[in-house]
Amino acid sequence: MGKTLAEKIIGKHAGKEVNAGEIVLASVDVCLMQDGTSPLAIRQLQKINLEKAANPRRTVLFLDHAAPSPRKELSNDHITIRKFAEKTGCQVSDIGMGVCHQIIFESYLNPGEILIGADSHTCTGGAMAAFSTGMGSSDVAIGIALGKTWFRIPETFKIEVTGEFQPGVYSKDLILYLIGLIGADGATYKALEFTGDTIEQMSISSRMTLSNMAVEAGAKAGLIASDKLTKDYLKKQGRVSRFRELKGDEDAIYEKVIKIDASRLVPQVSFPHTVDNTKLINEAKGIKIDQVFLGSCTNGRVEDFGVACEIIKGRKKNPKTRFIVVPASKAVFLEAMAKGYIRQLVDFGAAILAPGCGPCVGVHEGILGDGENCITTQNRNFKGRMGNPEGFIYLASPATAAAAAIAGEIIDPREFLSRKKIKGKKVRVSRKRK
Amino acid sequence: MQYPPINGEKEVVMILKGKVFKFGDDISTDLIAPGRYFHLRSNLPEMAKHVLEDADPSFAVKVQKGDFVVGGDNFGCGSSREHAPTIIKLAGVSAVLAKSFARIFYRNAINVGMPVLICETDKISQGDEIEVNLEKGEIRDLTNGITLSFAPLPKAMINILNDGGLVGHIQKHGDFKID
Ligand code: SF4
Repeated sequence: MGKTLAEKIIGKHAGKEVNAGEIVLASVDVCLMQDGTSPLAIRQLQKINLEKAANPRRTVLFLDHAAPSPRKELSNDHITIRKFAEKTGCQVSDIGMGVCHQIIFESYLNPGEILIGADSHTCTGGAMAAFSTGMGSSDVAIGIALGKTWFRIPETFKIEVTGEFQPGVYSKDLILYLIGLIGADGATYKALEFTGDTIEQMSISSRMTLSNMAVEAGAKAGLIASDKLTKDYLKKQGRVSRFRELKGDEDAIYEKVIKIDASRLVPQVSFPHTVDNTKLINEAKGIKIDQVFLGSCTNGRVEDFGVACEIIKGRKKNPKTRFIVVPASKAVFLEAMAKGYIRQLVDFGAAILAPGCGPCVGVHEGILGDGENCITTQNRNFKGRMGNPEGFIYLASPATAAAAAIAGEIIDPREFLSRKKIKGKKVRVSRKRK
Repeated sequence: MQYPPINGEKEVVMILKGKVFKFGDDISTDLIAPGRYFHLRSNLPEMAKHVLEDADPSFAVKVQKGDFVVGGDNFGCGSSREHAPTIIKLAGVSAVLAKSFARIFYRNAINVGMPVLICETDKISQGDEIEVNLEKGEIRDLTNGITLSFAPLPKAMINILNDGGLVGHIQKHGDFKID
């Protein structure tokens, strides 16, 4: 009998053949925590005198959610984290380096591995064909100390995506559409496996956007097979030797198969206050926008900046709309600079902040005012998410977000794409990461 | 099945009794433990004063020791912050009942030793007095006389709950003892 990606990877780490529904102990390869979840995890370990790491070189503590720290309490949490790392030999990714999920992907995670992270969007690593899942502080703390954890092997939904996106439509629109379709709890406890020719042609960066948002449908993981593009990516990152080709078997048991024709999608917008409150761009047109945020672990990469720059090129920012841009990592920042994107964005009127989470989680930087509307490329729009329960958060692709910065309201980004592009040359989805 | 001491009780409490605070679907961890109190994450008793504030601003003031939080579908969706179930517990809540829970929240709740019960909650209303028998898997709504049952937890989770949560479990056994 064939195996799903989740069964294959967890089975390997459990040292036996496993099937969906079983509960097993499995070793973990990489662990991550961030500044919001580490202090509690560290205190848990201190409580039972277990301040150690089974694999300190691949255990990374990130200062990204409140970095640089906006208040002394958080600065003190940062001290706790740095001290723990010093004591245990774990790695620290300090301010200015970027968002945990981006850096784990750039520098640590390989196909076939297991990553556990004290952050719900740890599922981003699924785009590396690694079983990556978010857990709480205690789970990850114990995982760090013992080098293993327990899993219930999830059933898998196969998401089969075929066809080519229309110009102005991106992987973000696809994932918002899927979540709108199955609901915010449509895949609770399940793994998603994204397959089909659309996914095969999709850049690694776009794939990460899909995996990143798997948790917004309740899923435990959002897995994607590793292929030539994964190999190229690892080569660029200097660890091609860690490449392994891995995919779910044709005859594996999938609990559900959901088929999506990508060529029929239009830009999507998720309305406040739930991610599954997805509507078509037409229904969102004309909503006044006070703040635009381009960034986060969902869409804060070079490719996303490129998309935004294509939209804003030769146009002016609406004076009544603020535009905040945050590169997901230092590497993204440097590459976006080399490509001229940063200059273009600054010229346009964007405020560029240090690599990290930026305004996404409402801890520092760019908190919404009462009654204000924000369109953002992040993954979550829960009430209060951006620091103020009186704010309204709309989720969309980098193109749709950038278009709103020009219009001062939500508008179809395709209105700003050049005619040539609209006429249907191959556009973005098939563009590989250079 | 045995549950850990709840709310600092010395004895394991098998029958819980209290008043219902009813919430809707999709109660996110942002509603339970808002990001704007991020700086209180190392001061949980203080953070507990803001528990569920964005869903019901008066909850933290009104909740009494032993009361229940009752939700609809997808309770605890969103971030992995373990602070969410922890501050619900610290506020004195004895159990959370919902039609379904988000995965990470569910696991976190067990890890911090707070019972989370999956059951049909439509018939339970705000302010009802209910009695939960953890051993029998039974919920009695004393206000409207209805009896409901809840699904048992997986064995791995019962073992962890019985040890007072994950950290207690590892402290006791030195390793995972889940089967
Ligand atoms: S960017 Fe947002 S969603 Fe991503 S890790 Fe940071 S706070 Fe979480």
